[in-house]
Amino acid sequence: MVEHRPLTAFLTHLVLILGVFAIALPVWITFVASTHDELRMNQAPLPLWPGEYFLANMKQTLFGSGLSGTEQAPVWLMLLNSLAMALMISTGKIAISLLSAFAIVYFKFPFRMGFFWMIFITLMLPVEVRILPTFEVVANLGMLNSYWGLSIPLIASATATFMFRQVFLTVPDELLESARIDGAGPLRFFFDILLPLSRTNIAALFVILFIFGWNQYLWPLLITTDTSMTTIVMSIKQMLEAAEQSPQWNIIMTTALLAMIPPVFVVIAMQKLFVQGLTETDK
Amino acid sequence: MADIQLKDLVKSYGPTEVLHHIEGDIKDGEFIVIVGPSGCGKSTLLRMVAGLETVTSGEIAIGGRRVNELEPSARDIAMVFQNYALYPHMSVRQNMAYGLKIRKLPKDEINRRVEEAAEILEIKQYLDRKPRQLSGGQRQRVAMGRAIVRDPQVFLFDEPLSNLDAKLRVQMRLEIRKLQQRLGVTSIYVTHDQVEAMTLGDRLMVLNGGYVEQFGTPIELYDRPASMFVAGFIGSPAMNFLPTEISAGHATLPGGGLLPVASSYSGAATLGLRPEHLNEDENGPIAIEIDMLEQLGANTLIHGRLHGTGHSITASVPGHANDGIGSIRRFSAAAELTHLFDTGSGKRLDI
Repeated sequence: MVEHRPLTAFLTHLVLILGVFAIALPVWITFVASTHDELRMNQAPLPLWPGEYFLANMKQTLFGSGLSGTEQAPVWLMLLNSLAMALMISTGKIAISLLSAFAIVYFKFPFRMGFFWMIFITLMLPVEVRILPTFEVVANLGMLNSYWGLSIPLIASATATFMFRQVFLTVPDELLESARIDGAGPLRFFFDILLPLSRTNIAALFVILFIFGWNQYLWPLLITTDTSMTTIVMSIKQMLEAAEQSPQWNIIMTTALLAMIPPVFVVIAMQKLFVQGLTETDK
Repeated sequence: MADIQLKDLVKSYGPTEVLHHIEGDIKDGEFIVIVGPSGCGKSTLLRMVAGLETVTSGEIAIGGRRVNELEPSARDIAMVFQNYALYPHMSVRQNMAYGLKIRKLPKDEINRRVEEAAEILEIKQYLDRKPRQLSGGQRQRVAMGRAIVRDPQVFLFDEPLSNLDAKLRVQMRLEIRKLQQRLGVTSIYVTHDQVEAMTLGDRLMVLNGGYVEQFGTPIELYDRPASMFVAGFIGSPAMNFLPTEISAGHATLPGGGLLPVASSYSGAATLGLRPEHLNEDENGPIAIEIDMLEQLGANTLIHGRLHGTGHSITASVPGHANDGIGSIRRFSAAAELTHLFDTGSGKRLDI
């Protein structure tokens, strides 16, 4: 639908600009807050233009003790923890769901559909629902305060399994037959044919799952007591409540800014594959 | 190179038997076409030879070796699929080399074979393209190239030309035939197109409903069809069938005409007449009331009904025609070019 009336052009642009503004303004304020000192941030009105403390704030946040007067881990460590958790969750989820989808689509074994529906039903059981038993299991396995404890309970994924199942179902049977005649065994077929064909879907899923993993809040909060295992998302909340003093907005906002960077980087780096993976149906 | 034996081959899906006791001996280097309407089991038969379908009972032997239990890759065959089944993420070269790579052939040997096959098929300039950058005909060549590089004992073709346009199909048909003669590899080719079958095959196996109707050379099938099914399937336009009463070397047509036939049979039968064997004859016994004319240029197809009855009948006459709808033309047919079939079983009556 292409219309060339000035009024509609004006209105559509207005809506778009308002939308951009609504999304960009908080990010801008976060950035501005990270460039002022603590004193300025506690005065009204809030500054709208950057100050000159950006590098100093950055240094204190990343490598200093962060918030003064608390026992927080340095933010670079939290970033690392978050990165490790997000990467383990996303790669783990993708690896496991690829394999289970492969088994369900290409192998005939008893109760095949039964297993599929069992996996499917776990859609109804996110971490929040099974939090007590899962905590119990993780605690008994001695995985509290470890990367394994942070990631493994979140790795099983019905959504991803289901998605890869649909992807594999669109791969023509002839490819499998052709590979069989060429002498490729199941694993060879999986790695040589199926994986390259699902490349874009894997990328799209990786983006979604990375952000899902990065944004985990409740689960890390529960199972990490050691400050060296804190993730960045939970620390932002903790910073707000820290101590009796007024919140140090410059540091908190610098942390928030840092927390935004990796997901943004992942989205930008994988943008092309991501869009292909979600839209392309042709195999 | 190898011969292929099919011995008492049966295929069932659960309680449903889809192929019934297929027998066939295919000689080394022969080009066999399996032809039949859709759903007759021809692709299933081919896939059983390929090893993609299991054999319920009976035996398949390639080069004297029983292959029932062998994996497709161990049967030394190559297959060309209807939709080409090229690996979309690999270049043409990789597609052709994939099977050889798995067999762990040395790199320079693989390269040599790929180049050689590309040379034969004239696809050298496409070797580094992806399948999606190629046209249908080029993809078909790549699929054949993939079969050739394996240097197999048997080629299997599963309706390889049905996705191509008519002109390309005719051209590829000739190329496949030439290629097969040049390489001398035993081939089985499945199609539903009887013209393709006639032009390609050394011998044709006509399948219908899981039964072999007839297995012979194209000319045998055309001249002496073993059943009404084969008679109707082979030849274009299709053979006309008329119910008749045979006595004393004559067939009494519906409507009363008397046509001499080369048979001593007597009793009711179905008379088969090919449209191209009807000759115009002012005193002929076959009177056609014209319903429609199909002008093909070189000849004209006259579709109509046997005068005074409801039996439709088609005749092919050379040159042009411009008879009005409803006008009548008379034809006769040579006795030795008539076919008689048992009305009940559809089998040929050879007496």
